[in-house]
Amino acid sequence: MPKDEYTSRDFKVVGTRPIRPDGIEKVTGKARYGADISAPGMLWGAILRSPHAHARIKGIDTSKARAMKGVKAVITRADFTHQPEDSGMADILDNCMAGDKARYDGHAVAAVAATSKSIARAALAAIEVDYEVLPHVTDVDEAMKTGAPVVEPGRQQESVPEGYCENVTGRSQYGHGDPESGFEQADLIVERSFKTAATHQGYIEPHACLATLDSDGQGDLWVCTQGHYMVRNVCAGVLGLDAGQLRVTASEIGGGFGGKTHVWMEPTALMLARKSGKPVKLVLSRDEVFRATGPTASSSVDVKIGMTSEGKITGATATYRLQAGAYPGGIAFLSAMCGFAPYDLENVRTEGFEVMTNRPKAAAYRAPGAPMGAYPVESVIDELCQKLDLDPLETRLKNAAREGTRSSYGPTYPAIGLEATLEAAKSHPHWSAPLGENQGRGVACGFWFNFGGDTCVSLMVNPDGTVSLSEGNPDIGGSRASMTMMAAEELGVPLDQVRTIIADTASLGQNEVTDGSRVTFAVGLATIKAARHAIEIMKERAAMTWGIDPEAVDWRDGAAHPAGPNAGKFPPMTIKEIAAIASNTGGPIAGHHEVNAEGAGVSFATHMVDTEVDPETGAVKVLRYTVFQDAGKAVHPDYVEGQFQGGAAQGIGWAINEEYIYGDDGRLQNAGFLDYRIPVASDLPMIEPVILEIPNPGHPYGVRGVGETSIVPPLAAIANSVSRAAGVRLTSLPMSPPRVLAALKAQ
Amino acid sequence: MVAVRLWGSLAELADGQQTVEIKAANLRQLLDGLARDYPALKPQLERGVSVSIDGKIYNDTWATPIEEDSEVVLLNRLVGG
Repeated sequence: MPKDEYTSRDFKVVGTRPIRPDGIEKVTGKARYGADISAPGMLWGAILRSPHAHARIKGIDTSKARAMKGVKAVITRADFTHQPEDSGMADILDNCMAGDKARYDGHAVAAVAATSKSIARAALAAIEVDYEVLPHVTDVDEAMKTGAPVVEPGRQQESVPEGYCENVTGRSQYGHGDPESGFEQADLIVERSFKTAATHQGYIEPHACLATLDSDGQGDLWVCTQGHYMVRNVCAGVLGLDAGQLRVTASEIGGGFGGKTHVWMEPTALMLARKSGKPVKLVLSRDEVFRATGPTASSSVDVKIGMTSEGKITGATATYRLQAGAYPGGIAFLSAMCGFAPYDLENVRTEGFEVMTNRPKAAAYRAPGAPMGAYPVESVIDELCQKLDLDPLETRLKNAAREGTRSSYGPTYPAIGLEATLEAAKSHPHWSAPLGENQGRGVACGFWFNFGGDTCVSLMVNPDGTVSLSEGNPDIGGSRASMTMMAAEELGVPLDQVRTIIADTASLGQNEVTDGSRVTFAVGLATIKAARHAIEIMKERAAMTWGIDPEAVDWRDGAAHPAGPNAGKFPPMTIKEIAAIASNTGGPIAGHHEVNAEGAGVSFATHMVDTEVDPETGAVKVLRYTVFQDAGKAVHPDYVEGQFQGGAAQGIGWAINEEYIYGDDGRLQNAGFLDYRIPVASDLPMIEPVILEIPNPGHPYGVRGVGETSIVPPLAAIANSVSRAAGVRLTSLPMSPPRVLAALKAQ
Repeated sequence: MVAVRLWGSLAELADGQQTVEIKAANLRQLLDGLARDYPALKPQLERGVSVSIDGKIYNDTWATPIEEDSEVVLLNRLVGG
């Protein structure tokens, strides 16, 4: 087995809170986001979208649009002559530009490029589409019923037993033991059904790109994305290009949260550029972002848990049904894996169903599937605690997974930090603070895997001894700061001597998307090893200068030193001194590291929240919120705290207000921030982050990913808090005022 | 031989066996052996899986060594946000 990477050490830079390197550019408006790049002769792109939830496209007449002055290109699916062999790639193409039918309200059916935005919009209005409207289905439970309108036949995987509607495309099952015998040992069993609404990631910056593509297949794309290598590979696959001929540069990114790990319109911009022979800028409106880029799945879940009167869980089952939108795929398997993952259970079984509906293709959203996995489980545990008069933290501690526990999804855990988060919660003043009338306190636990993946880093020692570091992952949560800190730590140089940039796809090898909370772990690991590579070269250069063996040279505090008295008496050579003579000692100095980083450590969190319910209106106010989470090692604690707070804030929105609302016609009713209400500052208390540091043995500094786990517990923690405040169990999200009021009246 | 635990719906495609034995010393041999001995698993293996080896999760690194007494668990391919 690979040996553990982690060794304990005293840090000088890691763990401090320097000013973020991207801060001034962002607050002064100088940072360049997706829509901020223009080119000479540039055209404006615009997309025509289906007004129907499900419709056959019988014909598209673009002649009037093409004849308009200023219109330089009009495209439909017929222009995409390359048909990808891979079904996943073919689905992405169909989602970018509908083929024989529109599968959801907002599905792209044609696009134009024109000399101005207004001409582009007018050209869209001149395109005539002949639709045959088909029956539709947008609710996950309805979509599973026999006789439901089928979004696309023939896409069921072999995992789905006979008899299920064709909209059910995948099924997975996890667990061990015998839940039925476990239920027989229980003193109390609670069985309930839950629903969560589809919610959007709500990033402030809409999708935007600028594309050029010559007739010889050479192109450039400037794009707002979480993964420009993924964008390059997908666009090349969809359009039949050589990946090496398409250079993609990632812009600054104004939020992504998983929603920018997909390709939604970049092939359209490239096709418009190819057809017009001009650069084309395409910027989605907020309406388009809501209607045509994926929210997360809505869910429908059944949970059954048995517990002894002392609080030991004896048996547990859960069935998760998640809507995947208009294409196969989905994340119900992740709900099924994560729901009971915090607990040490002898008898547990979970099942997940992936279900197609006439909605936009569901996308990743921060720990995809895990919040819907945890919410019903943690709600039922809370209800059992209430009915058995048990302390909810002590009960979770009694059942907590720890090192050696066989997880509900199969593997046995190494050292993990769940107990530490629960103990920290128990001893925190929040837990014992008094509550007022109509107020309640909720707690919940959450789990996420984290992972690594393909990663490349280059570290250049410049002639003046400063350091330039290139990574290939868009900086979505502070990676430039944390990579700069890890490079400075390893090299032993001041922080301001290192600058980190995000390189384009032609400058580094393949890098996986910024997702899975992978970047601080995987890119950090590669950064440390690239620095060690450069140090080895610098030790060789010092050894050459001194006329001794490289093995007789140590590196510390940013300088080469003779390893001991036998190595000779030489004054240390600093990185500046070594860099200054690099041309004389062999040429430029650079370290690099390429790796598929495996072995990321799993992460746990416990959240605690107080809410107050207005019995007259049903409105919920969040009064106090505390996050306890294991970060492995917090490289830059400010960013870690920001991730904790951000996840909690998004969870508050998901729990209380946010939802995709569809009309009977299958059209989205609230495609804008006025009607789709994300939390604003006045909705939130100060969210207190408590960082715990249980080192990940798979990383040299013990780092774990922290970006996703923080959104797993909030739905349940808030639901438990509101249910206790209201005196009635809430089982459907969001807990909006009308829904809470109805529950209060139904008591 | 390495004992490989399958998730429930995958076990149904391996003659109902929750655990199967494969001759493998590394990840590539494990995946090849599963596809060879249990052809019904091939569609899922081609779509992608993650593999937990002694509690650490691996995706693609073929040379990852596996000991005979390693705990090996097949998982759906993980994705993130």
